Amino acid sequence: MAKRVAAGIMAVAVMSGVLAGCGSKTTTPSGGSTNAGGKVTIEYWQYSYTSKTDLMKQLITEFQDKNPDITVKTADFPYEQYNEKVAAAVSAGKGPDVINLYYGWLPKYVDSGFLQPLPEDAFPPATIEKEFFPLVKAAKMDGKYYVLPTAVRTLALLYNKDLFKAAGIAEPPKTWDELVATSKALTKRDASGKLEQVGFYFNAGGQGHNWFREVLVRQTGGQPLSADNKQVLWNSPQGLQAFQWWVDLQKVHKVGEIGFMTDDVTAFKAGKAAMDVDGSFRLGNLLDAKFDFASAPLPLGPNGQPYTMASFWANGLTKKATGAQKDASVKFMKFLTQPDVMERWTKAIGELPARPEVAAKFKDDPKLKGFIDGLAYANATFFTDETKDRDAITNAVDSVLVGGKDYKTALDEGQKSAQALFDDYWTKRK
Amino acid sequence: MATVPQPVRGAPRPTRPGLTLAQKRTLWAWGALAVPLLFFLVVRILPTLVALNMSFRQWDMLSPDKPWVGMANYQKLFKDPVFVRSLTNTFLYVVVGVPVQLILGLGVALLIQRVNRFAGLFRTLYFIPYITSAVAVAWVWRWMLQEHGGIFNELLHLVGIAPQKFLGSPTQALYSIVAAIVWQGLGFQMVIFLAGLEAIPTMFYEAAQLDGASPWQVFRHITLPLLNPTIVFSAIIGTIRYLQVFTEVLSMSNQGQGGPLNSTKTLVLFIYQEAFKSSKYGYAAAATVVLFLIILVLTVVQNKLITRKYEY
Repeated sequence: MAKRVAAGIMAVAVMSGVLAGCGSKTTTPSGGSTNAGGKVTIEYWQYSYTSKTDLMKQLITEFQDKNPDITVKTADFPYEQYNEKVAAAVSAGKGPDVINLYYGWLPKYVDSGFLQPLPEDAFPPATIEKEFFPLVKAAKMDGKYYVLPTAVRTLALLYNKDLFKAAGIAEPPKTWDELVATSKALTKRDASGKLEQVGFYFNAGGQGHNWFREVLVRQTGGQPLSADNKQVLWNSPQGLQAFQWWVDLQKVHKVGEIGFMTDDVTAFKAGKAAMDVDGSFRLGNLLDAKFDFASAPLPLGPNGQPYTMASFWANGLTKKATGAQKDASVKFMKFLTQPDVMERWTKAIGELPARPEVAAKFKDDPKLKGFIDGLAYANATFFTDETKDRDAITNAVDSVLVGGKDYKTALDEGQKSAQALFDDYWTKRK
Repeated sequence: MATVPQPVRGAPRPTRPGLTLAQKRTLWAWGALAVPLLFFLVVRILPTLVALNMSFRQWDMLSPDKPWVGMANYQKLFKDPVFVRSLTNTFLYVVVGVPVQLILGLGVALLIQRVNRFAGLFRTLYFIPYITSAVAVAWVWRWMLQEHGGIFNELLHLVGIAPQKFLGSPTQALYSIVAAIVWQGLGFQMVIFLAGLEAIPTMFYEAAQLDGASPWQVFRHITLPLLNPTIVFSAIIGTIRYLQVFTEVLSMSNQGQGGPLNSTKTLVLFIYQEAFKSSKYGYAAAATVVLFLIILVLTVVQNKLITRKYEY
């Protein structure tokens, strides 16, 4: 009896397993395949961001009209689940032919063998370096380009023109000293000392850490990383000078307060922060701002050189794309990096063009101006673990502000935990 | 099967050979049980075992190979100051949060039990936070706890106390978050205690009244002992709840970091960050196994230590 029951349960288990297997086979789109009529189907993955997926839908229709033998299937996933979906597809031997990914993930994607280098005949490195802004070098690993962006983002100084006008200040600050003076003039407190308006919003956890690492450190003549990307150098004497100036905005000059209206983005959008260092990706959130604002290049530091940080989402070819699929995928990628597509992308999404010839068309837009200006000299930081790299710097800041440590100790401790990330990455990579 | 008695009277009915009614019933029961059991196996047990296996491997999620590294992830965990900090923080959440929630919950339940009018209204009011989204509650508390313009500092200002940093201070942030969690969990706690109080027979109170016991004596010697099963249940459920604090910290700390200076980071937030931000799946899996063991041990210990039988 018991045996028979057990056999029954087993049968049910096997059955449901088979059913589950069938189910996943039919619901998961099976990647690229060549149809009988010489038609090629490729699959493209991106992350869910309504304005981007909408534009992409239009672009794909146009691409298919121009290339009737190619069909592009798309799938999009929320940013938080993106890597998981990719991992699941890889382990099942499925997934996209062309994928949109964040440049910071590139080391991981390349090391895992998920991506193949862009074919040099279709995308000659020399041409890429001639026609794109220098920041695309971040897409190069071991001498080969793996991805190419349609649009990029930079950091700049966002300022509330209405608050500037009310305080009688005509121009955004152009140097560190001017930034301090302007911020002080725009900071308002009531009689009891309660903050009512922030002159400059200091938020290390937002874009502040990028500003420090990629901009302030270079402005004092330091380097954030060694040339081989192995040593974290932002605790050099120059880095310390930059760190102290940066933290003093809050500690000494008190032009803002971490946590005021929860964060810099909210405070700026509410018109309660006169200035903020933020990325061009924020412009989308500010479309319905009830005040006039503009962007300006980041204020210059002691060495008088301009710097900013760049980041981007870019498209790459996966290992899965071979033969006819690969040719179709290359065509699709060429289409996505065309100048006219870039121009439309900037108009619809607000992200910046990756080609100077297209960017020149937007350089007089007051909201884009500061960001576009940065494209020529922007650096895309090499990250091994972006979140923890950020935490290393925010913890150094907090150690000074609320942890009672001196600047040097705090910065050295931060560097130590950041260096551990790089050591870990490079030892695993052999 | 051979011993099954054959029907004696009347014509043999066309039943399937060898199955009595009792056996059919058993088969039905097994069949019905198999579905949830299978579900439980596939959805609960299997992933747990997979996680256990993953905790002995090094895996960044994308790479096709997952080399076996033995105990290396566990050894690294206990050398990781952030993990150790998350662990001690998690114990603080439990040690502070559970007793406060139990005491306040019992207080509110005792008060509401005495209310004759609008008891339903009060119960509803206290219960509403519990059915509100934890993220919404956390964000409202984040605004209330602001250093500048937050309602708590406005109130402190009225009585002449200098504004506090609350979430911005490494020494106050954890307790500020505990306050928000207790506030939200209070309604649930109250309902549990109300049910426990209702279950205490009134004859004990009547007898105590006749003997002239003071209210404190009644509470100490009747209510508290007879409420013991409810207290044990609440302590266990509460401990598990506070061991798994996550959403509130993610929403209430700057950028969801668990700061300032890791002072509010919990084990679950640590696991989340390692797995989904740093893609260290094996390492994160090792931390989940540690959390699982802690919950298991604490639950068993609590069950043994606090459970006492009171006979009257």
